[in-house]
Amino acid sequence: MTSAPWLAPRIALSQQRERVLTLLSFLLPLLVWAAVSYTPFIWHPNMEITEPGSVNYFQEGMQIERETFQEEYNTQLEAGGELPQGFRANPVYLPAPHEVAIAFYTSFTTEPRRRSEQWLHESLWHSIQIIFWGFTLSSILGVPLGILSGTFAAVSRLHEPFIEFFRYLPAPAFGALAVAILGIYDGPKIAIIFIGTFFQQVLVISNTTRKLDIALLEAALTLGANRRQLLFKVVIPGVLPQLYKDQRILLGWAWTYLIVAELIGTSSGITWFITQQARYQNFDNVFAAIMMIGIIGLLSDLLLARLGKRLFPWERSSNKS
Amino acid sequence: MTKLDLPNYKDQSPEVKARFDDLKQRDVILDVKHLGKIFDSAKGPVTALEDINFQVHRREFVTVIGPSGCGKSTLIRTLAGLESATSGEVLLEGAAVSGPGPDRGMVFQGYTLFPWLTVKKNVMFGLRNQGVSAVEAESEALEWINLVGLEKFAEVYPDQLSGGMKQRVAIARALAAKPRILLMDEPFGALDAQTRSKMQAYLLEIWRHIDITILFITHDLDEAIYLADRILVLDAHPGRVSELIEVPVSRPRAPEQLLQPEFLAARQRLDELIHPPGQGDEEVGKLNMLRFAKVGEEVQPQN
Repeated sequence: MTSAPWLAPRIALSQQRERVLTLLSFLLPLLVWAAVSYTPFIWHPNMEITEPGSVNYFQEGMQIERETFQEEYNTQLEAGGELPQGFRANPVYLPAPHEVAIAFYTSFTTEPRRRSEQWLHESLWHSIQIIFWGFTLSSILGVPLGILSGTFAAVSRLHEPFIEFFRYLPAPAFGALAVAILGIYDGPKIAIIFIGTFFQQVLVISNTTRKLDIALLEAALTLGANRRQLLFKVVIPGVLPQLYKDQRILLGWAWTYLIVAELIGTSSGITWFITQQARYQNFDNVFAAIMMIGIIGLLSDLLLARLGKRLFPWERSSNKS
Repeated sequence: MTKLDLPNYKDQSPEVKARFDDLKQRDVILDVKHLGKIFDSAKGPVTALEDINFQVHRREFVTVIGPSGCGKSTLIRTLAGLESATSGEVLLEGAAVSGPGPDRGMVFQGYTLFPWLTVKKNVMFGLRNQGVSAVEAESEALEWINLVGLEKFAEVYPDQLSGGMKQRVAIARALAAKPRILLMDEPFGALDAQTRSKMQAYLLEIWRHIDITILFITHDLDEAIYLADRILVLDAHPGRVSELIEVPVSRPRAPEQLLQPEFLAARQRLDELIHPPGQGDEEVGKLNMLRFAKVGEEVQPQN
């Protein structure tokens, strides 16, 4: 039996092939990273100094470009002084995979340097709260407005032209204004998340609502539904599955505003942790923190996807995930 | 091809005649007077319906048929109130209607069951809109579900039903809202032939047992005759009433009647009205010379 070709157009893969490729999707970048980190002849543009020799500005543990090291080495060679020694190393901003793996653990267990600083889990929790409030406030306003816009042309015409325009104003540009109005703590951060999310949200949701099969609305009208019943008993239940999917995507977009939002006013949350660790040159912690954001985002999205399948049992046969 | 020796479609046996006399004495449920509908299109105004006049009596079954583009769908949507007439009026039991409502129930061709509701909740929908309590609505809905033979599927979601079952639920849902007339827009058009004939039998059974008037649109000539007391035949471009045919076939209807002379006479008349000779026959003529050729044989032109 000949096996199916790997590249057959629009044909689904076998489960085994799917698993293999998913694994490779993460494994290959990891292998490249490991190769660059562990094989001295790939990249490694610096030399880490183990013995400074007679070079007066060299120190143990310091990193210097290979050419400069070579120059000093040659100078010492000619002058007959003690030769500096070192090994090839990557710059400090590219930690090795194992260093980042360790940092995942140590970043949580290491006590903050100053007592006023937060633990990592506190920083993470702060970031999650900022996202939560920004997204929730946006949704409280944006979802009803989107649904009404998608249902009633008059509402749409009144709001959407302005919203279409406002959407192009970059949220971070409002940073200084937000601080002036809301202070320097959590207020402006939540505001930036809100601005980044709200305008897209209204447009996406009104579009989704407009796509609801009009035959369902007509059927409801011939069954005596008045306008209020149409909205609450047909439109809202009808768009709920797609609305849920839209909200998941919008939440993902809200996350992308997190870093920028947290830089406004006083630094806080995971962004504070990252910038702080970068100052201390602990780039393994920086890498670990960035990955944590990604992992939290991905896991929460998968969880919401699972939940979505259970909430809407009638969407089974229409396979549009 | 020889034409069958058929009676005149206007000849009615005594029992059929008696039935029609009785029918015409009953109240007029639907009175359509000089109904006209003009659409605005990119190429200017298009007259979809022009001066439509007809009456439907209580418990009558009227089918509407015509060539494509004759405005059948526009007509039924205007009667349902989903479109507004440009001229004329529609009277339901003497009162003018505008806008949709449960007094004119509708069954659509596509499946319009609410996918987030079970069969039972779907059927309860119209009743709940009217303010009926949940308990009452539920028991009434179950009665209707029994009537269409779907008791076992009351708690099932529509996506698990076959096409025929979905339309049965749609009929139950429309009837549960207690309409004065049931409008049906090619409800069996999307079903396969066997399901369609089963559904026709179902519909006639339901209609025989309850006090409901039905206006039914179809493009299938046999279906139009099989179901109806009278057939409203429309002309196309613009949509106008061509003829109102009284179906000379006796009731109750049975599949054997499809081959009876009265049935065929009516069918012949419908054929004449909807596919008049001289339109499109040129295409068929050119194929005639291929009729007797076997596969592989060379075809010699006949002239």
